[in-house]
Order: sequence, then C-alpha cells, then structure tokens
Amino acid sequence: MGAVYVIWLRELKRFLRAKSRVIGSLGMPFFFLAILGIGLDRSFRIPGLQDNYIAFVAPGIIGMVLLFSSVISGISVIWDRKFGFLKEMLVAPISRTSIVAGKTLGGTTTAVIQALLMLGVALIVGAKVHSIIGLFISVLFMIIIAASFVGVGLAFASRMEDPHGFQLIINFIIMPIFFLSGAFFPLDNLPQWLKVISLLNPLTYGVDGLRGSLIGLSAFPLIMDFVLLLGFFALMTGVSTYLFARSEA
Amino acid sequence: MEAIITKNLTKRFKDLVAVDNVCLGVGEGKIFGLLGPNGAGKTTLISMLSTLLKPTSGDGWVWGQNIRKDQDRVRRAIGIVFQDPSLDDELTTYENLEFHGRLYGVAREVRRKRIKDLLTLMELADRERAMVKTFSGGMKRRLEIARGLLHYPKVLFLDEPTLGLDPQTRRRIWEYIRNLNEVEKVTIVLTTHYMEEADYLCGRIAIIDHGRIIALDLSQNLKNIVGGDVISLLVLHPQEVAKLLSPFPWIKQVKIHDGVLDLSVEKGEEKIPKIMKIIGGNGLEVRSISLHKPTLEDVFLHFTGKTIREEEGSFTETMRMRMRAWRKR
Repeated sequence: MGAVYVIWLRELKRFLRAKSRVIGSLGMPFFFLAILGIGLDRSFRIPGLQDNYIAFVAPGIIGMVLLFSSVISGISVIWDRKFGFLKEMLVAPISRTSIVAGKTLGGTTTAVIQALLMLGVALIVGAKVHSIIGLFISVLFMIIIAASFVGVGLAFASRMEDPHGFQLIINFIIMPIFFLSGAFFPLDNLPQWLKVISLLNPLTYGVDGLRGSLIGLSAFPLIMDFVLLLGFFALMTGVSTYLFARSEA
Repeated sequence: MEAIITKNLTKRFKDLVAVDNVCLGVGEGKIFGLLGPNGAGKTTLISMLSTLLKPTSGDGWVWGQNIRKDQDRVRRAIGIVFQDPSLDDELTTYENLEFHGRLYGVAREVRRKRIKDLLTLMELADRERAMVKTFSGGMKRRLEIARGLLHYPKVLFLDEPTLGLDPQTRRRIWEYIRNLNEVEKVTIVLTTHYMEEADYLCGRIAIIDHGRIIALDLSQNLKNIVGGDVISLLVLHPQEVAKLLSPFPWIKQVKIHDGVLDLSVEKGEEKIPKIMKIIGGNGLEVRSISLHKPTLEDVFLHFTGKTIREEEGSFTETMRMRMRAWRKR
C-alpha cells in the first residue's frame, strides 16, 4: 500500500509543478466549448432540452478533457523508462501490480482535477448544473471514466518506447472515440451503422452519465451507464496490468 | 560468508551469449570489481543478480537468497546504482530519497534520520531541497549512491559509478565508495572499464570479456602474472645502447620498437640510476627515461591479446589510448 501511495503522490507532485502543461491541455477543450458552444447556440436546438447548447455540450467537453488527459497520462511510463526511473521502481521489492495501481490512481486524480477545472470554466461561460447531488454523481462518473482510460494509456505505454510515437497513436485512437461519444450531438438521429459504433464506444456512456447527472438529460439510465463503465474499467485495468507486468525496463 | 555466489550463470539474447557460464563468489564486506570493456556482459550479469533479468541457465544467490525463487528477498537485500541515471529530475533531493524509502517500506522516523545521515556522508546536506535537474553529473551520482544505501542493503551494486565524470569528481566518488564500504560495512560489487578504478578500489577483480570470466584474483596477483617493470629509454643510437646493456644479468629482456628501448627489470626504480651510469660512462646520451609498472591494462592485454580500449572498437578512444601509451614511454 505504501508503494501505491508514494507512486500516486509522485504523479500528483509532478502534475502540480507543470502548470504550463495543465493550462495548455485545457486550451483546446476550452476553444471547443467557447467557439462551438457559442457559435452553435443560436442555430442548434436539442430536442427535449430546455437549456442552451452550451449546457448540452459542456458535459461532452468535460468528457473530452477526461479522455485526453487520462489516456495521455500513460506517457509517464514511457518517460520513466526513458529517464531510467522505471528501473528504480522495477528493482524495488514491490509488485508490478502496485506500480500499475499507483499510476492509475495518479492519472485518474490529475484527469479529474482538470475536468473539475473545465467544469468551473464551463459554468463561467454559461453552462448549468441542476443539482448538488447531480454534481456529486458527476464526480463519480469523472472518476470511473478517467480510471478506465488511464488503463488504455498504460496498456499502450507498456509496449512503447517512443513518447512521440505514443502521442501520434493516442491521437489516432482518441479522436474517433471523442467524436462518436455524443459529446456534440444526440445519438438518436444518427444513421443506424454510426449509431451501432457509438453504442460500442465506452465514452458514450461516460458522456451520457455526465450529462444526466449535471443537467438531467440522458439517453440511458444513469445506473446502466455506470455499470457499463465499471465493466470497461475492470477490463482495461486487467489488460494494462497484464501488459505492464510483461514489459521490460 | 559469501555475499554472492553464482553457478554457471548464463544469459542468452537470441544468438548472442551475453553472460557465459559465470561462476564467482564475493566475500562479505569486500569491494569486488567486474572489469571489462563495454558490451562484455557486466551490466547483464548485474541485471540478473538484481532480479531485473531472468537467467537463461545456471543460478545465483545474493545474501543467501536465490535470484530465481526469492526475488523479493533479493531485492530487499540489495541496493543498486544503475549505469544510466535513474533519478526523477522534477523532484527534489529529499523527495527522491523519500520516494525510495517509502517504496522499500522504511519506517518514517528511521527514514528521516537515515536521509540526513546519508546526505551528510555524501556531502549533499545543503542540497536537500534543491531540484535534481539543477545537479551536476557528479552530484547526481552521489545522490544515487545515497539512495541505493537508504534501505540498509547488504550488497550494493554500482554499475560504472564514474562513467562520464571528470577526473577530480571521479577521485571524490572513489573516496566516497571506500568510505561507505568501511562505515556502512556494505559489500560492494562494481563494474568498470577503467583499469585504475578497479585497481584503486577493488580487492578481488574478475576480468570479463565476451561474457566470460577470463581471470579472477587479487589485483596484485593479476599484475604479477604479467611480469616485472619496464624501463623505456629514448636514446640517439638505440642499437648501440642495446648492445651495451644486453650482457647485464638483471636486465631480463631488451626490446627496440619505434626507436624506443624497452628493458624488462625488477624494481625498476633502483635500476634507473645504474642504467644512467652505464650509458653515461660510455659517452652516450639519454634523452628521456621512464618507468612503467604493470597495470591491469597489461593484464587485460595478456589474457585477451588486445587493450581494453581496442576492444571497444572506438577509433578515437584507441588513438587517444595509443597517444597516452606513447607519452608514457
């Protein structure tokens, strides 16, 4: 346990010391929120929604922040390998599972912090939160979304040595996940084939859960969203632990 | 007690045998040297002993614990300083040590005191709160050594501890290593391709080349294998001087190469005045004279037929080595 804690603590310290990275990583989602949100607000009506478009898109943008920052956090394994620090952990009398656990907790914490910052920004530019309980439930969703996608990042990072290659591959994967998650538009009216793909996308349930808990508009029951995400989390944690245990320093 | 024992320890990477049937023992409390060129298999051997690599065949024990079966106990018993830096640059000195201490489950009070003591020992106490990225190479290495000792290991592995450091810093690191061997009573295994480093620090030395141990003994015994001292003379007429000196029985061998006269003798420092007298007495002139005591380099040359630098195959290194060798004569 001590090992998990200290690995988490290190991730957090490094995150808090890299302020420029935090601000930079929130830049793109902010422009999406501001430009798309305000730009489409006048010409885009979501059926069944009382609020404006910004309120609809804000949970999607929070989902984007969670997706990007959690998957990218896997890169820390690659940097650790590059700078030799991974060896320091691998030669210590701790299990590889506790390294993965520490990294997962660290990546989750930093992603959720960024998501909360984004939520704050969204509220300033006009998004809404309908209830305090909803806010708490949304944090639960943030945690499970982040924890699952940190697993995706760690799984790739376990097998890669080049940080730039990692970033390219990750972008290639997260873009479709993001655009087909219902972050920008409701999935109801999509053509059948695109709808099927969206329903296979785990982030769809994440965005739906966030939207349901924050503004009370969701396509599925929240509990279903959460259980499906829990399943995805279990799967990704298993995969990342398996791959990391077999990786080399 | 033997701190480390290996039996036919072997590591094969595809078609390369990196470590080839290595058998050795390291006594408790000693400084043991693994000397060999880059790529000889030193790091692979250490990686196996520190459980980072699984042996292909053979076996090994560190502090009585088997490196295949008792990995966790081996890890608890050892500290290691890797060849390449392995610090977190974005943490402070204290945080790096704190991280290590928690990772090894060192209790809080013990950890605090231990960190203070080790930083004092390695003369880094005033840098406790400094970011590691501001450190010089020598300071980083000292911090890594401190970190390796934090959890009271029985055996400390130092993989090329002075690689890439300037000569003064290297000297200082040597002093630290000697000092902590005495103060901490820790057994040290160090790898190096610097002859003078192995010679200065180590008791027993294993010379390793292409994964095999080709010689293993005390440094002095290894040097005795090679033979006595060599006196090199630069004279105007080497042939004549050679003829003049050959009859003396205490000169075992006379060789001329590149206009330089090499004499094999014992206790070279006592023979130099005699030789000067003989040559001067015959009206000949000595331009320069030098004495060369056998080094581990000669031992390596003796066993492999090449110098350790040539082995590394770097042209500039080889040239530099030749220049230095030439200047020594």
